[in-house]
Order: sequence, then C-alpha cells, then structure tokens
Amino acid sequence: MRERLTGLLLALPAIATIALLYLMPLIASMTGAFETEAGFGLGNFVKSTELYTTDILYTLMIVSLSTLIIAGLSIAIAGYLTLGENPKAVAILRWLYRWPLFIPFIVVGQVLRTFLAKNGLMNNLLVAGGILTPLQTVSFLDWRGIVIAFVWKQTPFVTLLVAGAMASIDRGTIEAARNLGASRLRILIEIVVPQVRTTLLVGMVLSFVTMMSVLSVPLMISAQSPTMITADIAFRINAYGDYGVANALGMISLAMTMAVAIVYLRLNLKEKAK
Amino acid sequence: MSALANRGESALPAPDGRVFSLDLWWLPRALVLGLVAFAIFGPLANLLLWTVAERWYFPNTLPLEYGFSYWAKVFSPRGVAWESLGTSILIALLTVLFALALAIPAGYALGRLKLPARSLILLVFLIPQAFPNLPVYVNIARFFYDVGLNGTIAGVVLVHVTHGLVFAVWIATAAFAAVDAELEEAARSMGAGALRAFRDVTLPLAMPGLMASGIFVFLESLDEFTGSFFVGAPDVTTLPLLLYTAGAGGNYQGASITALLLLVPSIAFMLVVERFLRADVLARIGH
Repeated sequence: MRERLTGLLLALPAIATIALLYLMPLIASMTGAFETEAGFGLGNFVKSTELYTTDILYTLMIVSLSTLIIAGLSIAIAGYLTLGENPKAVAILRWLYRWPLFIPFIVVGQVLRTFLAKNGLMNNLLVAGGILTPLQTVSFLDWRGIVIAFVWKQTPFVTLLVAGAMASIDRGTIEAARNLGASRLRILIEIVVPQVRTTLLVGMVLSFVTMMSVLSVPLMISAQSPTMITADIAFRINAYGDYGVANALGMISLAMTMAVAIVYLRLNLKEKAK
Repeated sequence: MSALANRGESALPAPDGRVFSLDLWWLPRALVLGLVAFAIFGPLANLLLWTVAERWYFPNTLPLEYGFSYWAKVFSPRGVAWESLGTSILIALLTVLFALALAIPAGYALGRLKLPARSLILLVFLIPQAFPNLPVYVNIARFFYDVGLNGTIAGVVLVHVTHGLVFAVWIATAAFAAVDAELEEAARSMGAGALRAFRDVTLPLAMPGLMASGIFVFLESLDEFTGSFFVGAPDVTTLPLLLYTAGAGGNYQGASITALLLLVPSIAFMLVVERFLRADVLARIGH
C-alpha cells in the first residue's frame, strides 16, 4: 500500500503538468469551437465550412496521399533491408535512408522550398542534363511540394519501425518459400508484409497525426489558397484574433484523426478476433 | 522479379578456366541507390550551396558568385543569430532540466513500482501524440496571454516541457524497467537507504537511457516551431522562428545558414542514437 502511494506521489507532478498544459487547453479548444458571439451554437462550424471546405478536402487529400506513399516506400526500403541478398547494397541503403529522421520540419520546409522551386537545383540539373528546357521548368511549390516534404521527412521514421518489425519475424517461413522458388517480391507481399501489418499501421497513424499538425511546411512551401487547415488556423488567429473559427477548424482536424484512429482500432480488433 | 533468382548467370568462365564473377546486378542496384542518394542529399546540397551563394538567380544552374558575406552578416555582433542561438539553447537546457525532473520520478514509479491504473497513466502520456497539437498551442497561448506568460522564456519552456514530457516519460519508464530490481534489493539488504540505493545503484544503470531521453528532449525543444510561434513570437526569437522570418522575407541565404545550424545537431544525433538507446531499452518502450 505504501509503495502504491509513493508511486502515485512520484508520478503526480508529471501527470499534473500534462493535465494543466495539455488536457485543459485541449478541452478549451473543444468548448471554444462552439462559443459564438450569440452564445453556444454551431456558428463557427458553419463559417468554417463556408470559407474553408476546399482547404479541408485539400488537407485530407494531401495527408492521405502522403501516408500511402510513405507506406509504399517504407515497405520497399524495409523489404530490401530484410530480403536483400547483397550485404554491401543493404548496408549502403541502411546508412542512406535514415538521414532525414531527426531533421526538423521547419528545416525540411526551407530545404525543399529552395530545391523544388522553378530555379531550384532539381530543375537546374534537369535543364543542365538536357532533359528540360528552361521554359519547360515548373515550380513544385504547391500541393506536390507539401506531399514531397512530408514523404521526405516521414518515410525514414516509418521505415525504421517497419524494418525493426521485419527483422524480428521468423526467418524459417521466408527460407522455406525461397527454397520452393518463390520470388522475393512475392515473399515480401505474401509472407513478410502481413506479419508486420500492425507495426505498419501504427507508423501510418502516427505519421497521419503528425502531418495534420505541422504548420511550418504549408506556411513555407505553399501558403496561398488552397492551403492546409493548419495554415488557416494560424491565419484566423494572427489576422483576426478569431478563436471561434480557429477552434472549429481544430475540431475538424481532430475529427479526421479520430476517424483514422477508429479505422485502425477496428482493424486491430478484427485481427485479434481471428 | 523472378529474374532475381537467376543471378548466377552473370558468372562468366574466364579464359584460364576459373570462374570470373562479374555481378551485373550492380547496375540496377547502383541506379536505385543513386536515386535514393540524390533524393536525400540533393536537397541538402542545395541548402549548402545557398549558404555560400552571393548571387544566384534563374536560369543559372549554380551560383554566380561564392562567398561568406552572408555568414558575416548573420553572425555580426549586431546580428540576430547569436541572440537567437543563445535563446534557443537556454530554452532547450531549461526544458531538459524541467522535463527530466518530472520524468525521472514518474519513470521510476511507472517502471519499477506497483502503481494503480498504471496503463491509464501511461495512456495519458500518449495523448499528446495522438491528437494534432495545433489547437492546443492556440489555446495555451490564449491562457498564457491572460496570466502574462505569453512572449516570455518561461512560457516557451513550459510549452516545450509538455511536448517533451511524452518522450521523456516513456523512455525513462523503459530505462528503469530494464534495470534489474534485484540489484537495488541487494543494496537495501546491505543497509543502504531507499534514496541511497536509488542514487548509487539504479540511477547509474538507467543513465544511458535517461541521457538519450535528455538529448531527445533537447533536440525537440531546439527544433520546435509551432508552439514557439504562438507563445513566443515576436518577443522571444528562437532559431526556428528566425529561420521562418528570414525565409518569409526572401533572405534565402540567412534562412539557409540558420537551417544549417539546426541541421547539424539533428544529424549528429541520428548518427549516434543507437549508442544511447540500447536494444534492451528500446524493446521495453510501450510495455
């Protein structure tokens, strides 16, 4: 009994900090979304959908597309790390893929803004290589730039998780399939990926939530309309001090992540029921 | 893909009868690895070029003039970079101190002691990772404005602590759980007090994991943009805020130099992280 009390007392300051500085503002944002000048109501949501429906769909499209590309690339990289037969190539890839892992989003935004611009290094090299003429170059600083920035930054994180999970699966089934003549692609899709599905989904959900709350990348790469909800929230507050609509937009992004989390939990439950 | 099975075909018999192995698979491998390398290092090379570009405009492939005049400008005694760097490091150090002071006791309790509702408490520390945090920052800024913490170092530190506490508590819990409980019991049975046994036995053994969580919190604080943007700006200028302002003003050299300053510690950590977070600690995260 004494141990339980000591334990609670030791953990209490940390819990109190989270409650005061995270849970309270979170609840304030939920109630704030319904506060209008005419009292409690749905006015902020009506205004949000009138002004920002395009941006809401745009955000959903960008984040979903990025999540799918990240999943595909991380399966490919982790798959090669697990099934690759040339130790040198595996070692090089293992050394390469992690670089963006801890690079902050704001730096990713700056780096890719210069790289993907009309006169960025990417276009310049394509021109120098004779693939494009200077007049054919296009700037990628729109939704494509945001997707590229998200994929660039988040793929190493999901790959790290997925490669870890792949390393711990039983090699026996892989060797058996290999001896029966199955190709490595088939082994990856039919044997390896199903066994790491849970880890892959966790990585995808975590990336989805992270991308939904990044402000710097949309601000730096493409802040003109249409843009992402996060940039709209910052604009509502800095330009109008309009906390009502900002909180309503916040609730909409919360609802999107909740929907993703629920899909994930359902898949998880189904798997456990099997 | 089935062709991958026939890799032996490229082994050619050399004139003297020995098998001379020329692995033609290096061609596609080199191509793909080269593309990956370009995707990762191309943008970073572009950043490095911008930090030393004196003049660079469309349609020139490379800068017209190189030099360090922007470095001199950014780091001049009256430049804002030194001040921002100092502010950022001060905030990050305070954040680490504060977060570890909260996370070490909590991690010890969660990792070693019998605790009522243990999984519920661990879940509470997961919530900040499960929701988009922008609405939270917006409302914290509003609350801080009312109590006079907006635009102060203390306000920014508190926001960073909340954010960093999630990782700090989870890693500290795993680090303490990985230390053998019998060692502490042995110290106790030889007459050491609870505090002494913790200080001389458990704490040193958990230190690598705690160091990792400290470094992680430090980096998270150094790199944090959204919270500082709402709570700190324009009175407190951290490096990410300086980067943003420089970039928004079209000063690509200044923004790139600031970005490089933030890039160096991030990449250094990526290269050494596995020395601090041993596999036995990593395996316990989330249990």
